[in-house]
Amino acid sequence: MGNKKSLWSRVWPPAVALGALLACWQAAVSFSLVEEWVIPSPAGVVREAFSANVWPRLTEHTGATVGLAMIGFAGGSAAGFGLAALLHLLPGVRRGVYPLLILSQNVPIVILAPIMTMLFGYGLLPKALLVMLVCFFPVCIAMLGGLSGTDEGLRHYMRMIGSGKWTLFWRLELPSAVQSLFSGLKIAASYSVLSATFAEMLAPKTGLGGYMVLSTRGFMPERAFASAILIIMISLALFGLIALAERLVIRWRPEKGETKRHAGG
Amino acid sequence: MLEVNGLNVGFRDGRGVKEVLRDVSLRVEDGEFVSIIGPSGSGKTTLFSVIGGLLSPSSGEVRIGGRETTGETGHVAYMPQQASLLPWLTVAGNIEQSLVIAGAEKGSARKDALAWLARIGLAEYAGAYPHVLSGGMQQRVSFLRALLSPQPLMLLDEPFGALDALTRAEMQKWLLSIWEENRRSVLLVTHSIEEALYLSDRIIVLSASPAEIRDEIIVPFERPRREELWEDARFNALKGRIYRHLQTSGRKEQPHG
Ligand SMILES: Nc1ncnc2c1ncn2[C@@H]1O[C@H](COP(=O)(O)OP(=O)(O)OP(=O)(O)O)[C@@H](O)[C@H]1O
Ligand SMILES: [Mg+2]
Repeated sequence: MGNKKSLWSRVWPPAVALGALLACWQAAVSFSLVEEWVIPSPAGVVREAFSANVWPRLTEHTGATVGLAMIGFAGGSAAGFGLAALLHLLPGVRRGVYPLLILSQNVPIVILAPIMTMLFGYGLLPKALLVMLVCFFPVCIAMLGGLSGTDEGLRHYMRMIGSGKWTLFWRLELPSAVQSLFSGLKIAASYSVLSATFAEMLAPKTGLGGYMVLSTRGFMPERAFASAILIIMISLALFGLIALAERLVIRWRPEKGETKRHAGG
Repeated sequence: MLEVNGLNVGFRDGRGVKEVLRDVSLRVEDGEFVSIIGPSGSGKTTLFSVIGGLLSPSSGEVRIGGRETTGETGHVAYMPQQASLLPWLTVAGNIEQSLVIAGAEKGSARKDALAWLARIGLAEYAGAYPHVLSGGMQQRVSFLRALLSPQPLMLLDEPFGALDALTRAEMQKWLLSIWEENRRSVLLVTHSIEEALYLSDRIIVLSASPAEIRDEIIVPFERPRREELWEDARFNALKGRIYRHLQTSGRKEQPHG
């Protein structure tokens, strides 16, 4: 078990390192090694972020970005999960589609953003579609891998005792794929924030991505930095949420160092 | 109980069809314990797959309980070579799920699982996940899963093959004590001549690949079996007889590599 003490001992070294980095950065600006209008100091960023006319806008844009990322993440993951299950149950279709899915991994999906905008305008729809598309692929591929990676010995056993295709799917293949599913979801979680902010940058009206673009255009580095930090925090929080869900769902996992006992048979 | 008539099974490989079972016929009567012994790779698991209905033979039929079941699954209780417990279910959950798939009612499956786990001294592991169990304990759970299934015929595929000698002897004794109370129809695959002699009413000896039936031996020892069976002169005579069969079939295999 990762008890409190060991958790703490893992947390403090990077925390100290981060603190040191911030202190150096602050010092560099305070002692005018770099100009404040080129790179703002951490204290300056915080001061600006909490100032009366910036903070309300930051919270509003944060809400928009979180909303967009969540919609895209949920929609894309659900679609990826569904298609993976479908392809798994229809091996013939899978043989045709799977190679294309693998190829699509090498396509930087965000390049579709301008096309989405062209087709659907500047509203929420094209942005949400883009994020969904980005989240869809990692979940679908991880899930397919998990479903077909089911232990052959277990499959033989389950079929011998009379499981049909459907029982096999729900009772064996799906649970075996949960681990892979979460790897896919974690990737999708980071991609969702990345692609959401990217989509916002193209039509800089709402969201932290848009706010960041406007701040840089208006030459307000403190605000751009504050947006960047918030984006990072959202990304980490979403990832953390998925990791937490994983721990809650997968409670059977052997402790570290112990290997899975099932061999193929 | 079980009747297997003239089974021929082959697998297609690169060059053609590899024959695995050749004209295999056998019977298991109600309440009879029959062992199949044969060299490694001779086709014992394949035979079980055919009896279980996963694999269709190129010719021959399988009858269970008087009805032809060739190619139909769901008619046997099965204990596989590896314990094959699902890692995401607890010990009791594993037993329960298997029984439900095999056709038992959920509530009674749960009750049976808990009652029998207590009976075999694993009550405290009912809520544990399989990876905390030792190999021997996992096999006990796996056996229980088969024993409690509603199907009257049990197929046990080398249940103790992966255990060390001491645990293995202990498990044989344990299995025998449970079986002698219940008298289910059992077909057991094993590599061990002693194990076959100690447990079964009848032993079927298979040759190396393609598997044919070499010999059939009626085991004369009265039940309940004594542990000191090896002191009996007949025990050693039968052991020699089976051993010679396995040796000659082993030699036959050598030229092929
Ligand atoms: N699905 C398959 N496709 C092709 N060949 C197979 C398949 N399953 C088994 N075989 C072959 O059939 C032969 C018999 O295999 P099987 O697993 O039945 O042997 P076994 O007697 O159970 O061996 P062991 O004692 O090692 O468990 C082997 O040569 C194996 O390579
Ligand atoms: Mg085998």
